[in-house]
Amino acid sequence: MRGLSGAFLSFFKTSRGCHCLRSYGVLTGQQYTSSDSKQYDGRLYPSHIPTSSVQKAVLALGSGVAALKNPYRHDMVAVLGETTGQQALIKLRDRMRNDPEGYTILIERPRIRLSTLDLTRMSALPDGTFGREYLRFLKENKVTPDTRADVKFVDDEELAYVMQRYREVHDLLHTLLSMPTNMLGEVVVKLFEAAQTGLPMCVLGAMLGPLHLSVSRLQLLVRSLGPWALRNGSRARCVLSIFYERRWEQNLDELRHELNIEPPPVDLIPSSKNSFSNS
Amino acid sequence: MAASVRTLVRRVLSDFTRNIHHVLRCPIKHVCCRAGLTGCRGYSDSTEGRSTHFGFQTVPEEEKAGKVYKVFESVAKKYDVMNDAMSLGIHRLWKDTLLHIMNPQPGLRLLDTAGGTGDISFRFLEYTRSMYDRQQRMRAKSHQAPSWQDIADRYASDEAGPPQSHAVVCDINKDMLKVGKQRAEKAGITTGLSWVVGDAEELPFNDDQFDIYTIAFGIRNVTHIEQALQEALRVLKPGGRFMCLEFSKVTNPLLARLYDAYSFQMIPVLGEVIAGDWKSYQYLVESIRKFPDQETFKEMIEDAGFFCVQYFNLSGGIVAVHSGFKL
Repeated sequence: MRGLSGAFLSFFKTSRGCHCLRSYGVLTGQQYTSSDSKQYDGRLYPSHIPTSSVQKAVLALGSGVAALKNPYRHDMVAVLGETTGQQALIKLRDRMRNDPEGYTILIERPRIRLSTLDLTRMSALPDGTFGREYLRFLKENKVTPDTRADVKFVDDEELAYVMQRYREVHDLLHTLLSMPTNMLGEVVVKLFEAAQTGLPMCVLGAMLGPLHLSVSRLQLLVRSLGPWALRNGSRARCVLSIFYERRWEQNLDELRHELNIEPPPVDLIPSSKNSFSNS
Repeated sequence: MAASVRTLVRRVLSDFTRNIHHVLRCPIKHVCCRAGLTGCRGYSDSTEGRSTHFGFQTVPEEEKAGKVYKVFESVAKKYDVMNDAMSLGIHRLWKDTLLHIMNPQPGLRLLDTAGGTGDISFRFLEYTRSMYDRQQRMRAKSHQAPSWQDIADRYASDEAGPPQSHAVVCDINKDMLKVGKQRAEKAGITTGLSWVVGDAEELPFNDDQFDIYTIAFGIRNVTHIEQALQEALRVLKPGGRFMCLEFSKVTNPLLARLYDAYSFQMIPVLGEVIAGDWKSYQYLVESIRKFPDQETFKEMIEDAGFFCVQYFNLSGGIVAVHSGFKL
């Protein structure tokens, strides 16, 4: 890919009088950070696809339209997040660096995957602990942490990790906020994330998600859940800075208190096991 | 090591059994050159480490077919949508032009290799059917005042039914054929169409079977193009026509630059947005650049044994139709 962009640059430099094509030299030039690029033959990490600004713009537009037309296309939501989130990712990374636990995460780069979780130990934990509730959430909503798409279009290896961490923490946020994976729950979590991270994809999702809601749920959102999510999102500690993998035994309420998150005003999960989360 | 020896033995055995069939049926002059060719090919395959191109990557030869299979497996469902999006619908005109150059008469047998979702075969059946209708109309017009004898004769001949044109769609990928079958059902085409799984380098048909052999946007994905051409020669009847529709080299330099920019910048992006697959469409545009140009491909077709080989450039050379005859 690098050889290709080099060939393109020389090809266009020999042309004259095509001012529009000269800009391709700028557009195809990429800013790579270190010698890492040699390791993955021009890419910064295994799933990296280098793109020019024009391609990113078209990707952002196309994925936005595709995600709006078909909200089940999670890969399009992911691409939208990657192509529009450069500034927000930089801010997030700086926040993580300033937090001691976040700094550890940036160094150690843990990944949340089914293979790295000790399921037997986690299911043996008492009710009310973070790990037990997370497993319950996974089972009830029939999701696994392995279905997250890889980051492809972020042109910085550390920011790509931050993006990946953000995706993997999303499920944990559902558990922390006690929100199910239906449309209302997703919108609430998106509102929280938008207030916390400032990622344009979250903001867009939070603004357009409510359009798919029924009137009663919309009322619930506007009256109690929405303001709660926004308030907590802005005052909570950076959720990406928490080393969740070492906190499975911690009590959920205690963890919430540590993160500055109030318990949810409405219990959306209709199971009796969740009674402890009622405020 | 064991795997390659096994494939070598299988190849040599299949070549020799094919030779035996060929010998039993054909005049002597074919035997010597056939045996020589396939014998040489069988032995030369034993050298390991032969690599070929997969787009701009280099991969071992044995792997290319599998990788191409995976590409089309993942794009099968969105294949037609992506074709329309990438070519802005122009691919339909290219395929229509192929049919016009072919100008098939009713009653012919077509082999649509790498036919995938069946675009060429559907057009072939439609063309021959409308040609048959037109011929009937012309006959009716010229026969304005038929005698009773003429009418009785016509009833007798019509009972035999119109000459059945038949199209066989052959593709190595089952998912593409599945999509094609669904399209046929939706369009209501029930007769005159067969769907066969097969490799263009080793077609599952006997010799001298088909009047026309087409391969549209498929031959650049074949690992050994010469072998595919040989197979085409084998399954065609004497007098049969070989037609290939494929991306080729653009002659105009300005158009070439625009085409390159569009291919490398836009097409993988479209692939990502519409089909969720960047890498497959990156392979697509790279494989176009790796394919030989019009003249080189014409020489390859002549080397395979076809006569009267010519090519027609469409859209300034973006696409070329190559045609040759087995005589």
